[in-house]
Amino acid sequence: MDCTVALAQIKPKLGCVADNLAIVEAAIDRGIQMKADLVVFPELALTGYFLKDLVPEVALSCHSPQIQQLQELSRHISIAVGFVEVSPDYLFFNSALYFEEGELRHLHRKVYLPTYGMFDEQRYLARGERFRAFDTRFGRVGLLICEDMWHLSASYILAMDGATTLICLSSSPGRGITTDDSLGSTSAWQRLTATTAMFLNCRVLYCNRVGYEDGVNFWGGSEAVAPSGEVTARGAEFEEDFVVTIMDQGALRRERIFSPMMRDESLAITGNELQRIARERESR
Amino acid sequence: MTGLAVNTKLLRKVLAGFIREEVGKVGLHKAVLGLSGGIDSALVAYLAAEALGPDNVHVCIMPYRTSSPSSEAHARLVVDALGIGCDVIEITSMVDAYFQLFPEADNMRRGNKMARERMTILYDQSAAMNALVLGTSNKTELLLGYGTLHGDMASALNPIGDIYKSQVWQLAEEMDVPRPIIEKKPSADLWAGQTDEQELGFTYREVDELLYHMVDLRMNRSELVLQGFAPEFIDLVYAKVQNSHFKRRLPVIAKVSNRTIDRDFRYSRDWGK
Repeated sequence: MDCTVALAQIKPKLGCVADNLAIVEAAIDRGIQMKADLVVFPELALTGYFLKDLVPEVALSCHSPQIQQLQELSRHISIAVGFVEVSPDYLFFNSALYFEEGELRHLHRKVYLPTYGMFDEQRYLARGERFRAFDTRFGRVGLLICEDMWHLSASYILAMDGATTLICLSSSPGRGITTDDSLGSTSAWQRLTATTAMFLNCRVLYCNRVGYEDGVNFWGGSEAVAPSGEVTARGAEFEEDFVVTIMDQGALRRERIFSPMMRDESLAITGNELQRIARERESR
Repeated sequence: MTGLAVNTKLLRKVLAGFIREEVGKVGLHKAVLGLSGGIDSALVAYLAAEALGPDNVHVCIMPYRTSSPSSEAHARLVVDALGIGCDVIEITSMVDAYFQLFPEADNMRRGNKMARERMTILYDQSAAMNALVLGTSNKTELLLGYGTLHGDMASALNPIGDIYKSQVWQLAEEMDVPRPIIEKKPSADLWAGQTDEQELGFTYREVDELLYHMVDLRMNRSELVLQGFAPEFIDLVYAKVQNSHFKRRLPVIAKVSNRTIDRDFRYSRDWGK
């Protein structure tokens, strides 16, 4: 079915869960009023990004009243949102939730925690262990959190698992100024989302935050990308925005007829070769 | 200058946004800075006026008796062009009172004292006006350690600390900083005729190229030599960066507990904001 998507390009406050929850709920209300079917938030929307030692303080269990409240709201609109999750065995994850019709449809824990350059996630957070697609009223969906998408295998696995829509929640810091019109991080992401959509004949919904934390800017530019790789909607750079766009079912159908790469993709060959590589690495 | 050339409109947007948001986060809407008559502080004043509005930017011109009169004249060009608030606060009496006790003090001690005198004035004005102190040290100076620790290097927010002097010039052009300020030779103005480039022994354009390849592109020594940089120049600049690193860090704390500030007690400064 056609689906109206809202990308909530918000500016979370660092470490302020109650304030951010209010921002998220206001955006959900706005989505409902604009008759959107799905609202997507950035990575760590409920907490902010450079948390460091704040991680345990801002973490919520999936059963917490705050998260239950969001689940309740999903009776009116589907919701994808990022937060810090604490598990019953006290591991802390950079997680994304997908709620629909009052139910939790999927929990994704960020697998690839960047720990290089300006990033330090693996120091504070535990690593997720799986990529799984799941069914929604808009078809099969895969969730990715920021750095996950820079690993080809992540999007590939989700697409092979049947996802026709990839939702990426992001907190991408802006950096790399040159003579170009955009920062290096912006152009890199735009190439990545378009190429991923094109390779996997998938729609890509990318939601990035804005604002500054300790001098680091988050550049926004959230976008909806059609399976052809064409960007159908894009948010403002550096400013809060609320991007509402229609995901056209026909565009997905037509692209999948026009470029049936996913039909022809051989899971058997890929699986065999990856297993061979794993065996060879072990025996080295 | 290929790698150092920047889209100045984009840079302007990011830096003005930085000032606006980071000042606002603290619950304030004003900034104060020292205006020397040089390009760095002039540029920061322009960025601050754009970010906060001219009514919310206050500058202090703080001459010493040996300061060149042209410095104050150039600072006034900025004040007049932007319509920002300004005080002239002479530091001669405070600095001279101190050095009467130490008449033998050399230029370095005197220059550092002047820089720190100005810092105490800015922080006092910050409290008086509910305004955050903006820093005006650029990336070149910070990397070379060409500044006074707890003096001109002290600030609450520094919008230009990640851009090289060559990029300061580009952005100053974009923001229409008055020509005489862009065109004059950079100087700490501690004594008559002093210029940065003479004192450093190389030009900003030369060292910015080297620092960009060394720091930003992470080229090693042999790669830098292949790029055409003289080995002695590379070693000199590398040593300057290394030897001034203490100026870019907080004081070292002796660790005895399980959670030591900045080592295993780690929070962003924007914690809760």
